Amino acid sequence: MTLLLESLFNGAAIGSVLLIAALGLAIVFGLMGVINLAHGELMMLGAYTTYVVQSFFKLPLLEPLFGAYIFVAVVVAFLVSGLVGLLLERTVIRRLYGRPLETLLATWGVSLILQQFVRTVPLAWSTGLWLAAVLGLAGPLVVNRLRGPGQQRPWLLRLGSWVVAAGVGVTAAGWIRSAMPKLARASARNVDVTAPRWLRGGLDLGDWTLPVPRLVILALTILAVLAVYWFLNRSLWGLRIRAVTQNRAMSDCLGIPTQAVDALTFGLGSGLAGVAGVAVSLLGSVGPNVGGDYIVGCFMVVVLGGVGNLWGAVVASAGIGVLTDVIGAGRLLEVWPQMPAWLQQGVEFFATTSMARVLIFALIVLALQVRPAGLFPQRGRMAEV
Amino acid sequence: MTEPLLQIQGLTTCYGESRILRDVDLQVQGGQMVCLIGRNGVGKTTLLKTIMGLIRPQGGRIQLAGRDLLALPPHRRARAGIGYVPQGREIIPRLTVRDNLRLGLEARPGGLARHDRPDPQVFDLFPALATMLERRGGDLSGGQQQQLAMARALQGRPRLLLLDEPTEGIQPNVVADIEKAVRRIMDHTGVSVLLVEQHLHFVRQAHTYYAMQKGGIVASGPTAGLSQAVISRFLSV
Repeated sequence: MTLLLESLFNGAAIGSVLLIAALGLAIVFGLMGVINLAHGELMMLGAYTTYVVQSFFKLPLLEPLFGAYIFVAVVVAFLVSGLVGLLLERTVIRRLYGRPLETLLATWGVSLILQQFVRTVPLAWSTGLWLAAVLGLAGPLVVNRLRGPGQQRPWLLRLGSWVVAAGVGVTAAGWIRSAMPKLARASARNVDVTAPRWLRGGLDLGDWTLPVPRLVILALTILAVLAVYWFLNRSLWGLRIRAVTQNRAMSDCLGIPTQAVDALTFGLGSGLAGVAGVAVSLLGSVGPNVGGDYIVGCFMVVVLGGVGNLWGAVVASAGIGVLTDVIGAGRLLEVWPQMPAWLQQGVEFFATTSMARVLIFALIVLALQVRPAGLFPQRGRMAEV
Repeated sequence: MTEPLLQIQGLTTCYGESRILRDVDLQVQGGQMVCLIGRNGVGKTTLLKTIMGLIRPQGGRIQLAGRDLLALPPHRRARAGIGYVPQGREIIPRLTVRDNLRLGLEARPGGLARHDRPDPQVFDLFPALATMLERRGGDLSGGQQQQLAMARALQGRPRLLLLDEPTEGIQPNVVADIEKAVRRIMDHTGVSVLLVEQHLHFVRQAHTYYAMQKGGIVASGPTAGLSQAVISRFLSV
């Protein structure tokens, strides 16, 4: 019984990391059909954002609130990755809709650019750059909202806000360099996010202890899934998104601004990648390559769950999580100690993290032979297979 | 004469090398029903899609109440007052009937954010829809989907309704219902209709007809003067 519970919890913990990483992809790939190989790098940006936010909270002024930085990091990481994703959609992906191979190559290129970017550009400058981008883009919107549209010279407003934004960005970067010397130099080496005290250690439950970071990730995942579910099924933009993903041309004819929907959907998926990055930063050190560790697993979850099916992704990630634990920790041996020698050897052979992964991916490939549209394919008269 | 609601001049559309529409001129007056007839593959659907903005023409102009439409994407044209009921209905399959209707509200000023409930007037026209609001659009029968598609287009309170073969693939006894519904829609709302249709009875309801052949308009006039010779030349039945 304890064994079953333990396996379930460990599986849920592994699965929740997978799910939170795959959630954004389930939207971008599942709903829009865009194969975004830069998804892992958007997660990486989220993880680095956590590091930067944490550095801010180490300043004397914010030091007393250090325990709360993780909540701020979730919001900021969502915004950072979401904005980068939005820019990516506007500049690159929008031109490649309906061309999956080109999208694949382009987003792979973007992932390499993002990796090299964090290697070569100091975090202080990246932060300043991001601030400038936000101000530059938001400035005209805010001014129009305050003064009403119908400006005489819109280009002047734009130019002005970019000049101001650039100034703020440079100033901010300079200040960060002096206040937080760790962020002043570029480095290809990994950085470590220090978890606040309440996040360290474990929760004792008699026989076994639950590591708190895993619990937090589990809670974050549940929250994220509920939020996404609510957004897609209850909000107006969710309705528009569902309409556009099912029938783009007709949605356009009904009066839905499809380009805005595309941008928003992609931004949302990217933002969720950022939130996943926060979770990932709690599990280990953060480096430029951290996204690559997750991207394959993410695609597996989405494909196995059935493309475009949020609950499918939930079940698939939980299943993969439990299987990883059962195989990776050699649980079968504990349940059935007298198994034949050849089987025992086999179980022991796969009882490592990487070999468990190999076996699971092989199992997924087999499962997709039986159910090519995933575990939960779309049904109904108009379902496309 | 007053300015026509829809004015098309010299419209030319190509798919790659082949010309689908050649120099099409067409007018729809306010409150009128205009029918477009012609055999399969002469470009009727392409003409409607070009008016809606799904296909970009090579030349010509399209004006709705004096406003140029060519530069606008489909969703701006919908908001300008064109309701589109395409061939094949194009119901959003995995949304409920209610949500399909709500999407029609997007074409009104302010869009979905301002209006959230389907206009109950459509249930007078299509009472069957009121009983199936929570069913998924993709699960309805062909005739029900046709009614839903028309009801959805009406949600936006269009000035011009484009109907592409509304009776295609519908059982004969429902055809008369749809015909009646279109008449009642026009009486209720004063909307103009541009109709593509094969059923002769339905065609005769229109004020004006345009006959198409090989992508061009080859004959037009009031339907009252639609002679047997014209009918046998341009209708496939």
